[in-house]
Formats: sequence, C-alpha cells, structure tokens
Amino acid sequence: MTTDMHAPMDMDTPLLTAESLTKFYGARLGCRDIGFELFPGEVLAVVGESGSGKSTLLKLLSGQLEPSGGRVLYRMRDGVTRDILALSEAERRFLFRTDWGFVHQHAELGLRMGVSAGANVGERLMAVGWRHYGRIREEAESWLERVEIDPSRIDDRPTAYSGGMRQRLQIARNLVTAPRLVFMDEPTGGLDVSVQARLLDLVRGLVADLGLAAIVVTHDLAVARLLSHRILVMKDGRAIETGLTDQVLDDPREPYTQLLVSSILQP
Amino acid sequence: MTSHPTASGYNFAYLDEQTKRMIRRAILKAIAIPGYQVPFASREMPMPYGWGTGGVQVTAAILGPDDRLKVIDQGADDTTNAVSIRKFFEKTAGVATTTHTAEATVIQTRHRIPEKTLGPDQVLVYQVPIPEPLRFLEPRETETRVMHALEDYGLMHVKLYEDIARHGHIATTYAYPVKVEDRYVMDPSPTPKFDNPKMNDCAALQLFGAGREKRIYALPPHTKVVSLDFEDHPFEPTKFDHACGLCGATHTYLDEVITDDAGGRMFVCSDTDHCEERRAEGHRGDLLGEAPAEIAGAAE
Repeated sequence: MTTDMHAPMDMDTPLLTAESLTKFYGARLGCRDIGFELFPGEVLAVVGESGSGKSTLLKLLSGQLEPSGGRVLYRMRDGVTRDILALSEAERRFLFRTDWGFVHQHAELGLRMGVSAGANVGERLMAVGWRHYGRIREEAESWLERVEIDPSRIDDRPTAYSGGMRQRLQIARNLVTAPRLVFMDEPTGGLDVSVQARLLDLVRGLVADLGLAAIVVTHDLAVARLLSHRILVMKDGRAIETGLTDQVLDDPREPYTQLLVSSILQP
Repeated sequence: MTSHPTASGYNFAYLDEQTKRMIRRAILKAIAIPGYQVPFASREMPMPYGWGTGGVQVTAAILGPDDRLKVIDQGADDTTNAVSIRKFFEKTAGVATTTHTAEATVIQTRHRIPEKTLGPDQVLVYQVPIPEPLRFLEPRETETRVMHALEDYGLMHVKLYEDIARHGHIATTYAYPVKVEDRYVMDPSPTPKFDNPKMNDCAALQLFGAGREKRIYALPPHTKVVSLDFEDHPFEPTKFDHACGLCGATHTYLDEVITDDAGGRMFVCSDTDHCEERRAEGHRGDLLGEAPAEIAGAAE
C-alpha cells in the first residue's frame, strides 16, 4: 500500500465514470440517467434538496447499491479501468479500505465508537497487513496532527470527542491509506458554522495536498463553492445542470438552480 | 473406571440417532475446514445454556460404548459442572469414566487443556459459550460471516491494538484469538492463553461445541494454530511467580485459593489430576500437609 502511493497518475483519463445511472425503488424513482466523468484530483459537488436523489447517487457510485440501469467505471491503481459492479466482494472491500474513503454525515456511522481514536485511524492499516504496533501508532499520531487533533488524545474514545473532532477523526481514518477518491455525504451537516469553516478549510487543504479526487454530496451551496471544482445540480432524481462551480453558482441557467442560489440567506 | 447401570427409556448417550448423525455430519465438515464454524441444529439439553450444552451434544455424538470419558471444569474433575456431566453420561450411556487424563479416550472440558500431553487416540471436546471471535467488535452475524469468508481480519488486530493502548501490553488472558492453518481466525473458547500453545500441532482431535450459538468447529490432529500478536508485542503465555503449593510444579497453570479471612492464600495446580499424579510420584509442595483437605483433595 505504501509502494504506489506516489505513483505517477494519468491525469487525462477519468478516474471514475458514471454512465446513465438509474435507480428505481420499486415504482419510485431514486435517480435517472446520470452520467459524468471525474478526473484525478478533481472535486465534484452534488447539490440539491432533500429527496432529490443525492444519497442514492452516492451509494450507486460507491458500489453500495446496485443500479437498475447504467454502470460505474473506476480506474484501479494498476491503471486498468473496471466496472464497479463486476468486482468481487473481496475486491470491492479492498478498494474501500485502500483506494477509497467514505465520510459519513454522522461520524458515528463511519467510526468505531467503542475503540480509541488511535485504533480508529489504525484499523485500515491493520486491515492491509500492518503488524507493528509502534509504527501503526506513529502513523495514527501523525494523522491526528494533520487533522488538528491533539495527539495526546490518541487513546480517548470518539465518544469523548466533540462533533467537529469526530468528523476530523473520521477524515483521518479514511485518508490514512492514501486513497485517490473520497466520497463525502454532507460532511459538515450538523456542525455549527465556525466548526464548519475550520473543517472545510482542513478538507480543502488536504484535498489540495494529497491530490485527492472527491465527490461531495451537500445541500449547502457554500460548501460546494468552497470545496468543489465542478458542480452537479439534482432535482427529482435528474441532473438538471452541470458545470464549473463558480459558473453555475454565479450564473445559473435552470430556474431551479436560480431558485436554489437565490434562497441562500445573505447576512 | 467402573461401568454404571444406565437409566431406562433413553437412547444411548441421551440423543436420538438421527440427531447424532446430524451432529456427526457437522463435526466432519468442521474437521475438513479447520477453524470454520459449522452451523448445526443444536438441541435442547437437560441443562441450562452456559453449562456445556454444546460440548455435551458433541460428546454424545462421538461417544461409543468402549469409550472412557473424563470431564473437567477449570481443570478440576470434582467441580459441579464436571461431576454432573460425568454422571449424565454414566447414566445415559453407561460408559466408563475416569479422572486420569492418560486413560481417557474422550475428554470434555470447560476452560482448560489438561497439562499432560494428549495422544492420537484421544479427543478433546470444548464447551464454548461464544464461538465468534469477532463478536464484540462486530455485532452483526451477517457481517462477521462475510469477514470470515473474505479473510477480512483487520478488526481482530484492532482489539489487540486497543489492549496495548489501554494496558501497555496485550491484556487478553483468555479466549485469546488464534489463526488456524493460516486461514480462519478462531476463538479457542475461554481457555487461558496459557493453554494456547498446547493447541498447536496437538496429536489429539479437538472439537468445539457451542450449544446456544449452534456452532461446531474443530482442529484436526497436528493443525497449525498461531496466537495473533504484533511484531513488537509478541504473544506470551501467562507465567506464574509461584510454584504449586501441593505438588511444587512450576510449569503448570495455577489457581489462587483464599484459605482464610486474614489474607491467607495459596496457589495450586488447576489440573487436579495432574497435581495428584505428581504428588503420588513423590513431588512435594511447600504447603502439602498444611492445606485444608477441601483444597488438597483425596490424595491427602
């Protein structure tokens, strides 16, 4: 896992490709006919109101849900592009704990609340075969520092952490194996604004430093503006508008996007 | 080693033959896949869960009229659980029973492996309360099954990591997880980790029965069993600072026994048969002759 961490990346081939993704829950529509390409190091924000199919899309992209139609292609570390659904369960799990990260809105879902912060960060390392306690701990400490958690709190359980710290811990836990793609589901949901600002700052720094690609699902246009390069606006399960983030937010074309942008409170 | 009159109205060894066939099939599958937990249709037994219903069913399924049965509980032949299970099979199967490890062909145990090295003509049956080593980290059965199937065992080391972070060393002293033949991670039942090395390359067949959880697993003779650890925190069996107060042994697993209400205590072998045998051979511990008869036992 450490050998190809800094392998040269082919920047011109998409890392992830979604092709006309469609999901029906029985007769109800989850999302319909969504397609895009995500390139290495690129951050895509998926915005829309509750029920617009954002979370369904994220689950489809990360292989947690089987689409009713369409497919998701991912370029693996060996350079071969493969269909996510055609991967075996073992391969998909391996991908999930090495090359991918998943940041949940509720940190409790993405963390093991019963074990210490150090063990939370170290879990992925142990899963890929690290068997030296001292080195696992060192790596965990350095990651806690990177996400601005005091390393002296390495042996505390996440239950003793504040909401903002939990979210940062969750990010550290995901990034420790140097993934190339991180899925984030409302990463700042439920945090107060000052904590949100610090978290966004941190994520923006990490994404830039590590050359991460990310797909961020959010209903908060400010988050989208700060983090993402491109944006995809969803309504009623369809992608109604895509484009560069500043372009879409400053000059929205679709009436719904205009409504969305104009509904932000101006302090 | 006496035969006993069997109770009438029961099939040999209590279980009916169809049930025994079902359990034997599970045992065979377990032997074929060392360390893998085979589900089986565990029956109600005339004892509460937690008292060895799994072990009793395995024993009942493998017992033949010529077998000699030994039952131990925490190493002792004379504790409640051991006595009642022994009597149960005396009554329902009429098999010979013994307390001597070397003479037994089937040994049912709770929590200990006898000190005496087991031979190829012996079977050790463990009573297992919780067969799933991943249970306390991952409560979902569906998930733990997938983890076993995919050999996804990082979580097991998370537990050991947590031990070291909390206590400075791996503080798990019983039910210490092992890896079987480089494949399945297995819970050796709540035996002290002192006994873990005895499981490795053991000449006897080892069978594990969990009645409430409805699982059987096995270690065929001479199976590789390795206790999990970290490179910089290797596995260490429990060591004792004392010798056995009765037989003077320094290489056995010891129980601490409180002898009065003024802080008096002594350490004695948990394997009562082994201790008695050593005393018969002339080994003498510091407290032999002084210890209360309840502790020193019949060999006094």
